[in-house]
Amino acid sequence: MKILICLSNVPDTTTKVKFTGDNTAFDKAGVQWIINPWDELALTRALEMKEASAGAITCITVATVGGADVEPTMRKGLAIGADEAIRVDADPKDAFYVAAQLAAVANGYDIVMAGIEASDYNGSAVGGMLAEFLNIASVSSVSKMEIEGGAVTVTREIDGGSETVAVQTPFVAIVQKGITKEPRIPAMRGIMMARKKPLNVVPAVDAEMLTEYANYELPAPKAACKMVDAENVKELVDLLKNEAKVL
Amino acid sequence: MSILVYTENWEGKFKKLSFELVSYANEMAKQLGTEVTAVSIGNVDDTELKSLGLYGASKVINVNDAQLEKLSNAPYARVIADAATKENAQVIVFAHNNAGKAIAPRVSVKLKAGLVSGASEAPSCYDPFTVKKKAFTGKAFANIVVKSAVKIVTLSQNSFGLVEDAKDAFIEAYAPTLDAAEFKTEVKDTNKITGKVLLNDAEIVVSAGRGLKGPENWGPIEEMAELLGAATACSRPVSDEEWRPHSEHVGQTGKIIAPNLYFAFGISGAIQHLGGVSSSKVIVAVNTDKDAPIFEAADYGIIGDAQKILPQLVEAIKSAKAE
Repeated sequence: MKILICLSNVPDTTTKVKFTGDNTAFDKAGVQWIINPWDELALTRALEMKEASAGAITCITVATVGGADVEPTMRKGLAIGADEAIRVDADPKDAFYVAAQLAAVANGYDIVMAGIEASDYNGSAVGGMLAEFLNIASVSSVSKMEIEGGAVTVTREIDGGSETVAVQTPFVAIVQKGITKEPRIPAMRGIMMARKKPLNVVPAVDAEMLTEYANYELPAPKAACKMVDAENVKELVDLLKNEAKVL
Repeated sequence: MSILVYTENWEGKFKKLSFELVSYANEMAKQLGTEVTAVSIGNVDDTELKSLGLYGASKVINVNDAQLEKLSNAPYARVIADAATKENAQVIVFAHNNAGKAIAPRVSVKLKAGLVSGASEAPSCYDPFTVKKKAFTGKAFANIVVKSAVKIVTLSQNSFGLVEDAKDAFIEAYAPTLDAAEFKTEVKDTNKITGKVLLNDAEIVVSAGRGLKGPENWGPIEEMAELLGAATACSRPVSDEEWRPHSEHVGQTGKIIAPNLYFAFGISGAIQHLGGVSSSKVIVAVNTDKDAPIFEAADYGIIGDAQKILPQLVEAIKSAKAE
C-alpha cells in the first residue's frame, strides 16, 4: 500500500501578517516557513499506520506544489519520516490549479491524505478537488483513521457528533484535529537521512486558475476594551443587555 | 438562470444556518435579477421545505432517496452538480461547515466553477464577481475574484444573518438515477452528542481556560451556560489536559466559531485561540492579568479572578432576567 501526503508550505502561525504592492501580495520578508499543521498531522498518522502495518504499507510520499523555496519544508517532511518527495514546479495561486497539478502526480496511491485547510489561505478545497480530478472517493473532517487487513475505517466529524465510515481505496482522506495526538518531531538521524532521500521535481501541467486574489485588507483596529470594575459585575450585564444588545 | 443553494437538513429539519444561506443566496439573486432555488437531500416534509420560501427561495428541489440518507461526498456532489446544470445556476451556495467543505470542492471540479470558501459577506461586485473572505486564519481579509462562468461560494456561519423575503416556494421532486458503484463510503455507526447546545450553532458561548485552575471548578461555567442557553467551550490547554472534552476546544486547530457573544474566563488570549473566536460579535474577557492579550481582542473586560467573578455574574444575570 502506498500513501501520498499533500503538504502545503505556510508561514509560521505567529507571523505578523503584512502585505506589499498596495496590498496585493503577502509580504514574505522575514517569514519562517513550516509544514501546514494539519498536513503535518496527516503525515504523522501515515507514519504511525506504516509502522503498525507489518510491511503492508511500503511507501509514504509527500508532494507539494511550489517553487524551489518550498524545498526546505519538504525536507522537514522527509526528516519526519516520509520516504520520498515530489515537488511540482508551479506557483500555488489557486486551489483548482494546485489540485490539477497534484492530480498529475497522485495516481497509483491507495490513500491520499490532505489537511482540511492550510493556515494561510484557509481554502479548504484542494483535498476534495483532488479526489474529483482523480475520480476517487473522499471523506472529509476525518478525525481518526485505522487500517486493518487492507480495510480502511475513518471517523468523520459531523455537526453534533461523529460517524464511523468504511471507505474503499483508493480515496482521499481530508483530515483535521484528532487524526493523531501530536505531530512527530524529526530526530537528528531523521534530519541527516532526509538529505539523501529522493526529492524529485516535475514540471507543471497545463491547468487553469479559476480564482484570483485581487487584494487584501487588514482588520479594522478594534476599539479599546471597555473595562468594568470587578466590584461592579452588574454593570457588565447592563452593558451587554442595553449597549451591546447581546443578552 | 438561478442561484442554487444547498440546504442541509438535520433529521428532516432545517436550522438557522440553512435560512441564513437562503437569505444570502437571495441577496445575490436580487442583485443579478434572478431567483433562488434550494436543493434539499434527505427525508424532509413539505411544510419544512416550504419554510425556505420565507427567506426568498422560489423553488425547492427535493431529493429523497434512501441511498443518499447519509453523506457520501462523490454522489452528493454529482447530484448537486446535476441540479445546478438543470437549473442553469450561475452561483451555487453552500455553508462553510463539514458538509459544505466535503461537497463544494468536488462540485467545483465537476463544473469547472471557481470556489470561494468561507465568505464573510455578500459579493462586493458582480462583474468581476468579487467576494471577501478571511485569510491567514483570521488575521486578514482577502478579496477573491472568481473568473469562471459558474461560481461557488461557501458562507461562514453567522456572517450574513437572516433576511425575510417571503415567497411561495414551489417544491419539485427530483429523483436522480444513482449507481451503487458511486458509493465508495458507508456509514457504519453514528455517535451523537445529545442534550447540549451545539457549539457551532450557539448564539452565546461561555468559555474558560487554565485560569480556572482545574476541572472541578467548571460548575459555574456550566451553570452560566445553562442560564443563558449557551454552549460551553474551552482553550486548547484545557482540552489537552482533558479537563474538558476535545469537542469544546475553540481555536485555530479546534473549532472556529462566530457567536453573537463570547465569554472568555481565565483565557490569556494566545493568537491561536483568538483565531478561533475573532469573528464573535462581542467578546467579554475576565482575567487576573491586566496585560493578557485577550483584552486587546475583547470588547468588555474585567480584571479579576474568574472563580470570584463567575458566581456574581450568574446572580446579576438571574436578576436581569427577572426584570
